[in-house]
Amino acid sequence: MKFFIYLSNYFSNRETIQEIFLIPVIATLLAIFLGLLLLIVSGSSTQIALTALVALFTGSFGSLSAISETFTAATPLIFAALGIAVGFRAGLFNIGAEGQIILGGMAAVVIGFSFQLPFAIHLIIILLSGALFGAFYALIAGWLKATTGAHEVITTIMLNLIAYRLLDFFLRMPAIQKEGRNDPISKSIFETAELPRILYLLDPNLRVHMGFLIAIVAVFFVYWLIFHTTIGYEFRAVGKSLEASKYGGINPAITIVLAMSIAGLLAGLAGACQIAGVLGRATPGFSAGIGFDAIAVALLGRAHPIGVLFAGILFGALIAGGRAMQVSANVSLDLITVIQALIIIFIAAPILIRKLFPWILK
Amino acid sequence: MKLKLNEISKSFGPVKANSDINLTVNRGEILGLLGENGAGKTTLMNILTGLYKPDSGSILIDNQLKVFHNPREANKNGVGMVHQHFMLVPVFSVTENIILGTEPTTTFNKIDLTNAKQKVLKISSEYNLDVDPDQLIEKLPVGIQQRVEIIKILFRDAEILIFDEPTAVLTPQEVVEFFEIIKNLKKAGKAIIFITHKLHEVLEVCDRINVLRSGKIVGEELPKKTTNKKLAELMVGRKVNLKTNRQIVEKGEVLLEVNNLSILSENKEPLLSNLDVKLHKNEILGIAGVQGNGQTEFIEALTGLRKISSGKISYFGKECKNFSPRKIHQLGVRHIPEDRQKQGLIGDFSLTENIILNTYYENKFSNNIALNWSSAKKEAKRIIEKFDVRTNSEEISADKLSGGNQQKLLIGREMSRSINLLIASQPTRGVDVGSIEYIHNQIVMARNKGIGVLLNSTELDEIIALSDRIIVFYEGRVIAEFPSNADPNIIGLAMAGVS
Repeated sequence: MKFFIYLSNYFSNRETIQEIFLIPVIATLLAIFLGLLLLIVSGSSTQIALTALVALFTGSFGSLSAISETFTAATPLIFAALGIAVGFRAGLFNIGAEGQIILGGMAAVVIGFSFQLPFAIHLIIILLSGALFGAFYALIAGWLKATTGAHEVITTIMLNLIAYRLLDFFLRMPAIQKEGRNDPISKSIFETAELPRILYLLDPNLRVHMGFLIAIVAVFFVYWLIFHTTIGYEFRAVGKSLEASKYGGINPAITIVLAMSIAGLLAGLAGACQIAGVLGRATPGFSAGIGFDAIAVALLGRAHPIGVLFAGILFGALIAGGRAMQVSANVSLDLITVIQALIIIFIAAPILIRKLFPWILK
Repeated sequence: MKLKLNEISKSFGPVKANSDINLTVNRGEILGLLGENGAGKTTLMNILTGLYKPDSGSILIDNQLKVFHNPREANKNGVGMVHQHFMLVPVFSVTENIILGTEPTTTFNKIDLTNAKQKVLKISSEYNLDVDPDQLIEKLPVGIQQRVEIIKILFRDAEILIFDEPTAVLTPQEVVEFFEIIKNLKKAGKAIIFITHKLHEVLEVCDRINVLRSGKIVGEELPKKTTNKKLAELMVGRKVNLKTNRQIVEKGEVLLEVNNLSILSENKEPLLSNLDVKLHKNEILGIAGVQGNGQTEFIEALTGLRKISSGKISYFGKECKNFSPRKIHQLGVRHIPEDRQKQGLIGDFSLTENIILNTYYENKFSNNIALNWSSAKKEAKRIIEKFDVRTNSEEISADKLSGGNQQKLLIGREMSRSINLLIASQPTRGVDVGSIEYIHNQIVMARNKGIGVLLNSTELDEIIALSDRIIVFYEGRVIAEFPSNADPNIIGLAMAGVS
């Protein structure tokens, strides 16, 4: 419980620039440094560690295609992390983004391959269906919390497990499974449902798609929602003080259900974007742990939409750079997981960073 | 033992919480430490008990220099503190609570409860602190719990005893018993520091009084040679009017009528039984009683925060059934909740955000979707100005304000709108004397303007000073009603359940 109280203090509205930017930046640099140190300690030469470091940077920001890969990986992370951030603001610790992504993706696949529609309309419908199913799936956890008090951490974890099994079942349904295949894989969506690649004219292989632009729009929408609407005010009031929000005439039950639904809506969009923008079909592991990485992104971004945008791009860069690292330095992709974990440790322990760099953070 | 604090200073950022404080307490002496909230009392005591390190200055015990790095070291040197909020484990017995942290053990680390109990009994008879060592804490009244806290520090061989606002939670009768206890401790040769903001208490039991204001000792007085008025002026730093001007106003029609109201807890135990209360226009109705006798539940029911089990609540002649807090607010019923930090304000929200807490949805502040921050800001500025909230910006978070200013903000928010009825719960708890004066005047002014005021307070002095009529809550019932000029001692007896 103490951890949740800590979290709610962590997302205060009034933070200094130092807290918003410096701590994440220092945490990231420190984590990369320690990650490379780990490489050296575990027997790699300094040469390899340096190659890995260079690859990490060139692979994420070193070329147009690297940047494209970074943004492609960042897109679903930003969507899902925005949802988690909305939850955090309302005092909810939503672990269920993974399941919500799966449900959103499943809906998107069905809409994508079932019928052909004019290009823009098909795209809108595929995204809406993803958002709707994600929202519906999260609503279950919100409703359980509002009516029975069941803690959302428990229910969303359980819903994730259900979503995994649901996906397995779904992918083997005759109506879904690709013709002539025995492994669980869905039919491919029609081209009219695909999110167009932004840089198609420059080079058709650059994968960054429209979803990234939509994610940026979502960032500003969520910012407006949280800080400039009555609903956002209710979210934040309930997140900060249940007692005071009741006193102020807010209905916490409705607020919780609504916050959870919006969180699921955004995670569902992440799933739909992966299907319509990158994968084109669903496979058992298509969610790829994005829903869990997104928790880290939301934490790193301090549950602030702008922070989430930058944190999402950073994590996208780690994924893209990590792949390059694996190729050019033959370093396992697991190192990226270690670095991500270290970032979270440093973020969760700002006091540690304060102690290590007292001259930066007074 | 003799304690001497020498030129103690402590700053938090630009704020000087303590500056050059000199203070001495001798064996067998009670020193009163008087000061408003935020005067630096707590900081000073935290330094003395090893929680903070002073920036400069020294602590001398029996003329020996001491440096405490943590509370345990302070404890070892004979300094013990009874906190305002007791640090007891409700499901542990008295003995278990007393030994917590210094458990005496036998072989294999088994706790030696028998021995501990003997020592507890010995202390309790030595200082006349009557308590059953086997009783569970949760079964004991607050006054006895306080005794357990005292035994706890005596068990650790404390010679210098600090009491932080010890009477805040006690009934008038318990206060009398408590004064006996500290007089006994004094006779036994303990050095005692008694922290309070209640003037008559220091005059009654202390041998010397030090007054703290803005982190400095501004005066030392002897009880026999000083007055209430003089102490109050030292505390506040200006002339204060301790009496509220409350001319008689004829009361008007009934605004609030409560009939046969009962509330059951989740375990079906009665919290309130068969209450009948009437509140009139131009009337301040005081609810007296020791905390936890149903006042909180009563006010929650009136403000829509708690469901009632049976009975009727009518505002302005109309019964309201299952009304939400918002509906009741819309009737013009304003509520100053008893816990401003938990209920009335959101500490992490800015003053502006707090100002719209129960009106953010109204046309003035929103168009149903987007909030109108500039209008909210304007309102915040207006209230800050009108109700004299001391702050340099409406954008700072509410928890940065002192208790008095938080309360003024809250009262400003509730009283600056159209208002028909005011429900004020503990309106001056933890508020400095200057602000108390201000808040009392606001309440009386509201009543003179034709508003009915329901005043719930555990401070009997406050109830008597303000109320036109007083009802006493005891175990979920109204057991007595008094006119405004009733004898405080009789009201005190009623608060203890003697009717």
